[in-house]
Amino acid sequence: MNAHLQPTGSAYFLTKETQEIERHTLSVLVDNEPGILARVVGLFSARGYNIESLTVSETEHGRRLSRITVVVIATPKTLIQIKLQLERLVPVHKVHDLTAEGASLERELALIKVAGSGDSRAETLRLADAFRAQIVDASVESFVFEVTGKPAKIDSFIALMQPLGLVEVVRTGLAAISRGPQGM
Amino acid sequence: MAEKMTGAEMVIQALTDQGVEHIFGYPGGAALPIYDALFQQEQVQHILVRHEQGATHMAEGYARSTGKPGVVLVTSGPGATNAVTGLTDALMDSIPLICITAQVPTNLIGSDAFQECDTVGITRSCTKYNYLVKRVEDLPRIMHEAFLIATTGRPGPVVIDIPKDVQFALGDYYMPDLDTLRHQSYRPQMDGDTAAITAAVDMMLKAERPVFYTGGGVINAGPEASAHLRELAEITGFPVTSTLMGLGAFPASNPQWLGMLGMHGTYEANLAMHDCDLMINIGARFDDRITGRVDAFSPGSRKIHVDIDPSSINKVVRVDVPIIGDCERVLAEMVRIYRSKANQPRTEALAPWWDQIAKWRAVDSLGYKNSDTVIKPQYAIERLYEASKKQGKEVFITTEVGQHQMWAAQHFHFDKPNHWMTSGGLGTMGYGLPAAVGVQVAHPDALVIDIAGEASVQMTMQELSTAVQYRLPIKIFILNNERMGMVRQWQDLLHGSRYAHSYSESLPDFVKLAEAYGGKGIRCENPAELDAAIAEMFDYDGPVLFDVIVEKDENCLPMIPSGKPHNEIILPDTANIGDIIDEKGRALV
Repeated sequence: MNAHLQPTGSAYFLTKETQEIERHTLSVLVDNEPGILARVVGLFSARGYNIESLTVSETEHGRRLSRITVVVIATPKTLIQIKLQLERLVPVHKVHDLTAEGASLERELALIKVAGSGDSRAETLRLADAFRAQIVDASVESFVFEVTGKPAKIDSFIALMQPLGLVEVVRTGLAAISRGPQGM
Repeated sequence: MAEKMTGAEMVIQALTDQGVEHIFGYPGGAALPIYDALFQQEQVQHILVRHEQGATHMAEGYARSTGKPGVVLVTSGPGATNAVTGLTDALMDSIPLICITAQVPTNLIGSDAFQECDTVGITRSCTKYNYLVKRVEDLPRIMHEAFLIATTGRPGPVVIDIPKDVQFALGDYYMPDLDTLRHQSYRPQMDGDTAAITAAVDMMLKAERPVFYTGGGVINAGPEASAHLRELAEITGFPVTSTLMGLGAFPASNPQWLGMLGMHGTYEANLAMHDCDLMINIGARFDDRITGRVDAFSPGSRKIHVDIDPSSINKVVRVDVPIIGDCERVLAEMVRIYRSKANQPRTEALAPWWDQIAKWRAVDSLGYKNSDTVIKPQYAIERLYEASKKQGKEVFITTEVGQHQMWAAQHFHFDKPNHWMTSGGLGTMGYGLPAAVGVQVAHPDALVIDIAGEASVQMTMQELSTAVQYRLPIKIFILNNERMGMVRQWQDLLHGSRYAHSYSESLPDFVKLAEAYGGKGIRCENPAELDAAIAEMFDYDGPVLFDVIVEKDENCLPMIPSGKPHNEIILPDTANIGDIIDEKGRALV
């Protein structure tokens, strides 16, 4: 009954992780076919990789290609494995680590519903203007704003809306593309 | 030159066009159109199994022993789910399989229909690729693309899920142009980078303590790869060790052979890996059974890694020179470049290393104390090996998983590739018996032996019925210690000899069982009678279940305990882990 006190071992050897984790944005070009998203997401869950954000849509209809933008948090060693494991999937064409490759643009869109009246309503509008948020729906006691930008900008706008009557938020996830004339 | 036919006929036509002669399967409602098409032709022979897992292992044995893909045909729902273990096994060991699963009609998919399951969802993570065929127009392309994907690059299993209405539908059959296939991105890199290979050869020319560490990749790359490996070993004079999966690529009778490495590998192989200054990994993947403790793995060596799968590079162990490519092509290039720089082994430079290896060899790490009263499992395999050599036949060995598997790897010696079939990566108990059936189907005149344990063999016992039906004279050599021996050994080492459920009780009478199936049963428990009993087994023209009653508490040594580096290997005489079993412990068993 004291088995847990006995010196037991394991059939496996576990090493302590020594590398720092980093946040990277990967752009994955894939055949747009049934099950491709499940294949990519399944790989992440099966191998224990963490997804921060995931965006997917068809980008080249003629060639039936989709672009998946995925933000991952991992150590440099794991990041290389993620890229290689993704490339191993049959329908995956290319994987680019936009963060590692240098200059890239990252944008996200959010729809944000804020309810309120009186002074707070005026304050909400002033802040929205400062963030260049568009009003896409309005009623006497609410607004829906559309705001585009880097995720950090959206984060701060949401934080400012919190005390002013934030109701709900929906975000698209990250879309990212490299700078300069080169394509993927 | 399209020809009108049904989807079911297309399946058979595509198999014929791919040169498939045998498939392993089990019918069911959703698969009936394909079975009907099978019935009306003679090119493809169908082997009726007793359980779909058996079909997958048979196809694996077939594939490993021939180099051709194995083909499985099962029905929807339970047919597909029963195949999952074999598919995973094939994925882990990189075995080319085509598994055709029937599916409920497309209009019923998602309705929880009878014998419906999400086959593509379930098999997504245990296949190299899988398809759900929704239109008969896609079927010819998918059938041929599946063979391409299963057999090229790092081989693996591919599932094709075909709904019943697609099997009935009429369409045009055509041979697709493989260059215009859907997956334009699928282009495995075959040729290694010449600059990297040259750098590797330059390192080999300077090495003082080199070792070749070869794996299943050499076997998968075909017999030519083994021939190149032998030539490379000859011109370099380097020692060679191999993983469980790579046995046979280099002849065990060659003086440069160190034996298998890893957890139950030889002392000389593991010490050579630990102390080398240059490790040349060809088609192996630094599996945890090989490396032991990763941060103490071969600390003083530079490492070259040849692998067709880029994701294997630096996954576990950082290497200095990665070479991505097919082992056959890379080895051929290594031989060519080496020959352009040197013509013979650097015998003098390597002499101290070989002297060291001779000292390790003298330890005789595979030695064991034999007995006059009880059959030692190692002795049983040695006698089996000696007797099998005299049969004048090709000898193929399959195994289940556990102690008997390691003893087979240690004491049965292989001189040719594709003659050793074992479940390495997944470690599937129950693999060996059906795998032997698959091997025997491919090689009707060969001697096919499943070296088994009494626990493993019961997992797929029913396939003995398949062997009897098709008159496949497989020999099932059970090392019966009434224990799940490897589990018991680990409980000795790690869990204070508390043998939780690691013993076999209520065992069947294997002799009567064999007879009930229509085969022959033999039991032997006396070492003096073993040779005669083995001869009796070989003489019988039909399946034999041979129950060898062996020493119950023998441990499989040498052994590198988990979490230990290679140089802390437990040897038979330096430690007797059997001593850990006290009287109280024995009473519990």
